[in-house]
Amino acid sequence: MASIYQEIILQHAESPHNFGRLPSSTNKIVLDNPLCGDVIQMEVEIRGKIVTDIKFTGKGCAISKASASLLTDFAKGKKIDELRALDKTSIIKLLGVELGPNRLKCALLPLEALQKLIHK
Amino acid sequence: MIDVIEIKKDFPIFKDNADFVYLDSTATSLKPSSVIRAMSEYYSHYSANIFRGVYDISERSTKEYEETRSLVKEFIHASSEAEIIFTRNTTESINLFVNGMSDRLQRGDEIVTVISEHHSNFVPWQQLAQKKGLIFKIIDVDKTGTWQEDWQSLITKKTKVLATSHVSNVLGTLNPIRQIIKDIKKINPDIVILVDGAQAVGSVSVDVQALGCDAYVFSAHKMLGPTGVGVLWAKEELLDTLPPYQFGGEMIRSVTPQKTVFANLPHRFEAGTPHIAGVIAFKQAILYLQGKGLKKIYDHEVALAQDFYNKLNNTFGKDVTIIGPAQRASGIVAFTINGVHAHDVAQILNEDNIAVRAGHHCAMPLHDRLGVEASVRASFYLYNSFDDVDTIVRSLIKVRKMFNK
Ligand SMILES: Cc1ncc(COP(=O)(O)O)c(C=O)c1O
Repeated sequence: MASIYQEIILQHAESPHNFGRLPSSTNKIVLDNPLCGDVIQMEVEIRGKIVTDIKFTGKGCAISKASASLLTDFAKGKKIDELRALDKTSIIKLLGVELGPNRLKCALLPLEALQKLIHK
Repeated sequence: MIDVIEIKKDFPIFKDNADFVYLDSTATSLKPSSVIRAMSEYYSHYSANIFRGVYDISERSTKEYEETRSLVKEFIHASSEAEIIFTRNTTESINLFVNGMSDRLQRGDEIVTVISEHHSNFVPWQQLAQKKGLIFKIIDVDKTGTWQEDWQSLITKKTKVLATSHVSNVLGTLNPIRQIIKDIKKINPDIVILVDGAQAVGSVSVDVQALGCDAYVFSAHKMLGPTGVGVLWAKEELLDTLPPYQFGGEMIRSVTPQKTVFANLPHRFEAGTPHIAGVIAFKQAILYLQGKGLKKIYDHEVALAQDFYNKLNNTFGKDVTIIGPAQRASGIVAFTINGVHAHDVAQILNEDNIAVRAGHHCAMPLHDRLGVEASVRASFYLYNSFDDVDTIVRSLIKVRKMFNK
């Protein structure tokens, strides 16, 4: 079985991109997964239906951090409509690893945060 | 001495996976062939409902079902079969009991539980308290699992129920139930005491009468038996006063359009067709445990847990936080590797064919209390060896390396 802890995931978990606060944010959300104690705070700046900037903070496992890091990279500069279409498969593709149903929950928390933000 | 090599041969899961290191028996134990065979024997040869048929195979299923009840009675030293109620699991046993106690509790009455309880012995009481305006008191523990020194000050003349576990599923502590009950009954002899034995019965020899409790609950699946079978034991005088939990078939004596007379104990609390195959196979689990000897099993799992505890401390020093006492009293060891999330630890161990649990183990109040978001839990049982301890320690070293700690 191949490790899900590929270099890319470990790197993003160790030094996540877009980690921090966003003073210019237009929307912000805090979501948690009490089951594993993960918390994510995500902030976006939306201008003309485009996510012009996005940042997150929080705590969680390597998978949830890597997922947030990769997702925020991906989201930056994208149209809201395009981001609404993201789903489970898109996250698995971004991470590049297979995840079982239990770990998938960790990976999907950032996506849930993003979609709640852009639906507001 | 426990001969792990011999024991493993009885557990078919190791047949295709000889190196599998299963350290999550606290969640559910593995099953020996005798249990699996008994299930399949029932479904293949006498899969009849109980208490109903007068034909041979129904007589047989009824007889076998009731034989398990007799064995459970002996196993926990109950005074009669009438006191042994089969349920789905510990959780259902507790809910049945809480529901039964509900009618006799009134606004202002107190119920007491412990911060380290599994949600299944915490939430039902908390909800009942909210619904009925009861006072819900919680005994605190420190990080070694010791109850707050003045816990007895929480027990008063208005206390009606105390609910505690026998063995904690996170701290791994073995509560001195007998002494605790003595102390409680000195303050107020009318308190009804429920003991959650889910983590105890499969390795600690239990005598419910000697313990002095009023009710005792556990699950078959944590002691080599099938899933879907639990037990509620309670004193007959107490059970007699509790209303039924569910209504329907198997729990009645007679029904007219106006009136229903309920069946006697224990059937009054076993509405509907139960998990017949599971109950029948549960007998094999108890026989297996008795055959190996509970005392030997207990000593074995504690020795493994202690070895693991010592090696964790020696190998990781300040990088590890272990929950519970330095002197282990069960096969359970929960810990965190500082700076690495419990899920990541468990996932990397999984890649090395080691199964452990990560999370809060259905004990959120305790994790909050200890300021731990999530922990890793390794639990040792009779099919684990000292090699398993070394394997998990090696794998944890790898975890630390991966995360550059
Ligand atoms: C102490 C304790 N109580 C209750 C339970 C709940 O058991 P079940 O899920 O079989 O109802 C568990 C299981 O993890 C437990 O460890």
